[in-house]
Amino acid sequence: MSEIKEFKRPGENTARKSEIPTDPVRTAVQKTYKLFINGNFPRTESGRYIPVQDRHGVHFANVCRASRKDVRDATLAARTAFTNWSATAAYTRGQILYRMAEILEDRRRQFENELERLGATEHEAIEELNRSIDRLVHFAGWSDKFQQIAATVNPVASSHFVFSVPEPTGVVAGIARGSLPLLTLVSLIAPIIVSGNTCVCLPDESNPLTAITFAEVLQAADLPAGVVNILTGLHEELISHFTLHMDINAVMGLGLDAETVQRIQEDAACNVKRTYLKPATWISDPDAESPYPILALTETKTTWHPIGR
Amino acid sequence: MTDRDKELHFTLQGGYTEAPEARDHFSLKETYGNFIDGSFTEPQTNSLRATINPATEKTLAHTTDADAASVDTAVAAARTAFEPWASLKPRERAKYLYRIARMVQERAREFAVIESLDGGKPIREARDIDIPLVAAHFFYYAGWADKLDYAFAGRTTRPLGVCAQIIPWNFPLLMAAWKIAPALATGNTVILKPAETTPLTALKLAELLQAAGLPPGVVNIITGGATTGTLLAGHTGIDKIAFTGSTDVGKIIQKTAAQRNIPVTLELGGKAAHIIFADADLDQAVEGIINGIFFNQGHVCCAGSRLLVEESVFATVIRRLKDRMQTLVVGDPLDKNTDIGAINSKEQKERIDSYLSLADSDGTDLFQIHCPVPETGYWVLPTLLLNVSQSHRTVQEEIFGPVLAVQTFRTINEAIELANNTPYGLSGGVWTQKGSKIFHITRALRAGVLWANTYNKFDPTAPFGGYKESGLGREGGLHGLLPYVTIENRSAA
Repeated sequence: MSEIKEFKRPGENTARKSEIPTDPVRTAVQKTYKLFINGNFPRTESGRYIPVQDRHGVHFANVCRASRKDVRDATLAARTAFTNWSATAAYTRGQILYRMAEILEDRRRQFENELERLGATEHEAIEELNRSIDRLVHFAGWSDKFQQIAATVNPVASSHFVFSVPEPTGVVAGIARGSLPLLTLVSLIAPIIVSGNTCVCLPDESNPLTAITFAEVLQAADLPAGVVNILTGLHEELISHFTLHMDINAVMGLGLDAETVQRIQEDAACNVKRTYLKPATWISDPDAESPYPILALTETKTTWHPIGR
Repeated sequence: MTDRDKELHFTLQGGYTEAPEARDHFSLKETYGNFIDGSFTEPQTNSLRATINPATEKTLAHTTDADAASVDTAVAAARTAFEPWASLKPRERAKYLYRIARMVQERAREFAVIESLDGGKPIREARDIDIPLVAAHFFYYAGWADKLDYAFAGRTTRPLGVCAQIIPWNFPLLMAAWKIAPALATGNTVILKPAETTPLTALKLAELLQAAGLPPGVVNIITGGATTGTLLAGHTGIDKIAFTGSTDVGKIIQKTAAQRNIPVTLELGGKAAHIIFADADLDQAVEGIINGIFFNQGHVCCAGSRLLVEESVFATVIRRLKDRMQTLVVGDPLDKNTDIGAINSKEQKERIDSYLSLADSDGTDLFQIHCPVPETGYWVLPTLLLNVSQSHRTVQEEIFGPVLAVQTFRTINEAIELANNTPYGLSGGVWTQKGSKIFHITRALRAGVLWANTYNKFDPTAPFGGYKESGLGREGGLHGLLPYVTIENRSAA
C-alpha cells in the first residue's frame, strides 16, 4: 500500500487542504514542469511562468510561459526531425505509437492522480486514460494502412505508369483547448505524427500539466527528438507566432472558439497553411478515430513514369 | 569530343511552308454579355472590354465586365439551381456531363482555333492537348456522379452548394473543365470567371451548355478582371471558392475564404526543377526539358523552369539543349509548324522582360535562339539563364515564360536540396536510367506532381496539385472529388 495510492483515492483522505502527500517526517519531492523541445525539457528562454493550482485552489506547480523564441526553437526542432521521421518506416512509426500506449497504460495511475488533483473525478480520470490509451493503439495501427486507403494507381490514357500516394505535409502546429487534457492531446498528436509529420503543440493554458507529463511518455517510447514538441503558455500571446510562422505547414486545432478559428484561417494564408480545426466535442466524434484526420494533414503526390521497351 | 557533341546546323532551306489552320468554320459575336441562369445578358456598353489576339494585337470580340449586380444575379441563379440539381438522380446528372463531353469532341476544332486565337498558344497544342483533355475531363467526372458512395471509405458525400471558380489564362478551357466537371458531378452549382485576356472559349462553352440543355443556373459564366473576381470571391452567397492562378492572389483568396469560414482550393504557382543525372538518356532528357519549359510559352504553373544538371554532363547537355532550342519555330500560333506561340498579353510580356533585364543586371549569362518573330504581337524567344545562383530572383520566383534557369550539382543530396529550396512545391522532374535513383528522388522532392523520364503529362484520372505555397487540394482523379463535398458518416446521413 503506497502513499501515492492513498492520496489519490478521493474519500480516503477527505480532510486535506493540499493533495500533496504529507508525512510528518518526510517532505515530498515536487516535480518541475518544463517545456518539451527537441527531446529535452528546457525552461522557457523567457524566464516567465504561470502558476497552476489544484482543484482546491492550492498551488500545484509553476509552468513555463513560453515565448515567441520558444515557438521558433520548437519549430526548428520539428523541421529538423521531419527529414528522418517522414522517412522512418511506417512499421516503425506504428510500433512507436503502440509503445506510447504501452507506457501510458503502465503509468496510468500517475496520470489518473494528476487529473484528479486538477479536478477530474476518479471515474472521469479512469475513463480518460482508457480512451487515450485505446486511441493511441488505434492510430498505431493506421501507420501502414491509411496509405492503402488513399493511394491510387491512375489509369491514364497515355503509356505511363502513374500512382498517387499520401505523404506527410511537414511541420504541423497542434493547438488545443478542452476539459479532457490527455485525450485532447492524444487526439491531436496521434493523427499528426502517424503519417510522418512532426509537430509543435500548445495545450490548453488552463490545464497544461498533463501535456508535459505526457512528454515523459513520448521520451520513454523512443519517439525521436523533435517529432513532438510541447509548449505551455498563453494562447492569446502565442497562437499568431504559430500561424504566422513561415516554416509551419499546417495547423490542427481542437476546441478553439470561433474568433480564434477565423484568425488562424486568415493567418494561414501567409504561406498557404493547411488548417484542420474542429470543436472540442470532435474528440468523441467517429472521425476522431478514423483515417480522415490523418489524411487531412497529408499531401497527395502523383508520380509518372513512361512505359516502354 | 565525340561526334554527338559536334555543333549541329539546321539549315531549313527557305524555312517551312506556311500551314495555317483555317478560321472560317465558326463565328464570334462582336460583343458578349454574361451567361447567367441559362442565357446571355445584354452586353453593357459602358463596361465592355476588348479581348485581343496576342499574335496580332487585333480585337477579336468584346466582353462585359460583370458588376456587383451581375454577380448577385449569377449567385442567385446558382443558388436557385442548386437544390434541384443536387437532388437530381446522380445518373441523370452524369448524363448531362457525358453529353457535354461529347459535344466538346464534336466542336473540338472550333474550340482549338479560338483557344489559339484568344490566348496565343500554338494550334498544335490546343488541338492535341487542351481540347482532348477537356472532353476527357468531363467524361471522367461524369462517371463519378453515381459512384460517390464508393469514393471515401465508410463515408457518404454531400455537395457544398454554390461554388465560385476563378481560372487563369494559360489553359482557359481546360481549367474551366477541371473546375466545372467535378463540381457538377458531385451536385454543386457554379459561377465561373475566366481570365479577362482569354474569355472566349468559356463563352463558347456557355453556348454549348445551352445547346446541351443543362438546367439554367447550374453553370453561370461571368467575365471581367480583378474587380469582378473580388466581387465573386467575397460574395456572401457562395459556399466554396476554387482558384487557379498566382500565389500572391491565392493568398488573398485564402484569406477571403477564411473570413467567411468557407472551404477553398488553390492551384498556385511553381518553380519546378528538372534534375538530370549523368546516367540519363541525355537526348530524351533534352526533349523533356524542351517540353517542360517551352510548352505553352512557359505559361504553365508546373513548368520545369529550373534545370539542375549533374556537373559531369553539363557541357554536353547545354550544347544539345542549345542545338535543340535553335530548331524551335516561334511565330503564328495558328500555323501548324509553330512550336512557340505568342505571349498571352502585353502585361505578361513586360513581366517576362523585366525578369530578363533583372537577370542581365544580376550578371547572368543569357542565351536566346535566333529566330525572326512577327512585327506585331507579343513574343519572347526561348531563353536560357546560365551562371545563376540559388538566391537569384530568377531562380526563386515564377517567371511564367519561356525562360529556363540552369544550375549544376555534384551529389544527389545537393540536387534534392536545391530542388526543394523555394517556397513552391508543385512539380518536378528527374532524368536517370536507374530505377532506384528515380524513387529516391521522387520521394525526397516536396512537390505534388513528379515526372520521371517524362514531363508535363496530364490526365483526368491523375491527381494534380501542390505542396507548400503551390496550393491546397487536388484536381483530377478520385482525390479531385474531395474539394467539392463534405464527407459524412453513413450512420449520420
